Amino acid sequence: MTDLTSLTIAEAREGLASKSFTSLELTDAHLGAMEAARSLNAFVLETPDQARAMARAIDAKIAKGEGGPLAGIPLGIKDLFATKDVRTTACSKILGNFVPPYESTVTSQLWRDGAVMLGKLNNDEFAMGSSNETSCFGPVVNPWRREGSNTTLVPGGSSGGSASAVAALLCMGATATDTGGSIRQPAAFTATVGVKPTYGRCSRWGIVAFASSLDQAGPIARTVRDSAILMRSMAGHDPKDTTSVDIAVPDYEAAIGRSVKGMKIGIPKEYRLDGMPAEIEKLWTEGAAWLKAAGAELVEVSLPHTKYALPAYYIVAPAEASSNLARYDGVRYGLRVPGRSIGELYENTRAEGFGDEVRRRVMIGTYVLSAGYYDAYYLRAQKVRTLIKKDFENCFAKGVNAILTPATPSAAFGVGEKGADPVEMYLNDIFTVTVNMAGLPGIAVPAGKDAQGLPLGLQLIGRPFDEETLFSLGEIVEQAAGRFTPPRWW
Amino acid sequence: MSVDATTVRRIAHLARIAVTEAEVPHLQGELNAMLAFVEQLSEVNIDGVEPMTSVTPMEMKKRADVIDDGEIPDDIVGNAPETQNHFFLVPKVVE
Repeated sequence: MTDLTSLTIAEAREGLASKSFTSLELTDAHLGAMEAARSLNAFVLETPDQARAMARAIDAKIAKGEGGPLAGIPLGIKDLFATKDVRTTACSKILGNFVPPYESTVTSQLWRDGAVMLGKLNNDEFAMGSSNETSCFGPVVNPWRREGSNTTLVPGGSSGGSASAVAALLCMGATATDTGGSIRQPAAFTATVGVKPTYGRCSRWGIVAFASSLDQAGPIARTVRDSAILMRSMAGHDPKDTTSVDIAVPDYEAAIGRSVKGMKIGIPKEYRLDGMPAEIEKLWTEGAAWLKAAGAELVEVSLPHTKYALPAYYIVAPAEASSNLARYDGVRYGLRVPGRSIGELYENTRAEGFGDEVRRRVMIGTYVLSAGYYDAYYLRAQKVRTLIKKDFENCFAKGVNAILTPATPSAAFGVGEKGADPVEMYLNDIFTVTVNMAGLPGIAVPAGKDAQGLPLGLQLIGRPFDEETLFSLGEIVEQAAGRFTPPRWW
Repeated sequence: MSVDATTVRRIAHLARIAVTEAEVPHLQGELNAMLAFVEQLSEVNIDGVEPMTSVTPMEMKKRADVIDDGEIPDDIVGNAPETQNHFFLVPKVVE
């Protein structure tokens, strides 16, 4: 039998249906791979007993010809998703040993469709970070290394555990969340496929909140098809999230292979940064050529407010975070550090429980919302956000179907290499953050390697609720670029 | 704009995060670096622009005003650090 962990979800689905192997065998293969890869620190909690119980139950269903679209597929779950009776921490000390008595809507839909949970995946604390170095469980290691080097690289963030585990064949796919690039940037750093759906496409209910107007759940998988399969189960209307949109979920997989002939692909000139590495430029040109060869038409477009997206994001996101994270007070759940008064209890608990990056963002968010500064910062940023969205609307109004950009300004960097200057770290999200600010869907697809042998990705940005076009175009990039798997060293 | 040490202490208090005197200069530097970074927004012409309130154009959904949950006090206090008889315990608030 071939190594079960190297199968794609689509291949495993076939193997399970034809009874070539059982979900329990598939699950055990992944549990073994997880155990052998603990040095990557991708999982913060392994749930082997629950995984085997779920696998056995779904095997019984498959035997009866039942099951669902994800029957028997073992997945990893980012620790931002509440999982009933399974510790959920957002990788923050302040949640401590929090065990939710409820299940997030997105994960409940995965289990409804027959998926198996392998465990909880590492992420930046409260999803605040671009390298997975802010997790209270320590950094995640990227399975990719520079050629001829043993330097430990970050997998990107905040969904670093999801990206690393999928790339290292520890799980067949993973849930992730994206507030400014947290799905697409780690996908690009690990040669995996990451989808950030349109705002409102997936329910946010039961996902630990960071910045509610920007947060969106999505999958990380090894192929475009696998990400489409996962998306169909994750998406859908949820009355418990008032921002979740009540429109039908299409069969995303059916969009793969659909002709893109005559589609207009925008190439935004503002994404051509000064000092952009030549290999990123080359990757972008190559990607455009692949889409052109498939019959798409390339058009230069302008998104004039692009450079203001990141600074506006660093007002809006911390402001919302400061409000969302006010709930961590040491009273109802999580860590509690005693104090002589209730005020001191709050202050001591939050000082001890929040890491440096979270504290920094809560404080800046508090400041921009405080009396006297609200108009100058928060209100101005929300107006700039309107302009950013308008840029995209103008572009789509001219008939552009999707926009092609690089996913990140560089390949993965070393653990500890960035972060002394927080703003330097924030620049990682320069190509992805505009998409969250405008509420649009985006996909990162592996497209090549840099001179040191590290993966690089391209991003496609779509019209609202037109994820299907992104899957059609993404698969063309994937076919042209090929797939990339890290050599196993761990 | 930039913040001074007094403002850093005030923000920390507003955010209910204890900050030691020794941490203030470092935090001040970090917050000022972030404020310097966002300063470029002041060059954008925002005359007549509406602030964004909802990124997806949709009508505000309202749920029916009915009780659809409850009778789960064990679940509600299950994760609390200190409780008594289904109450959350806090230090004495009223003298």
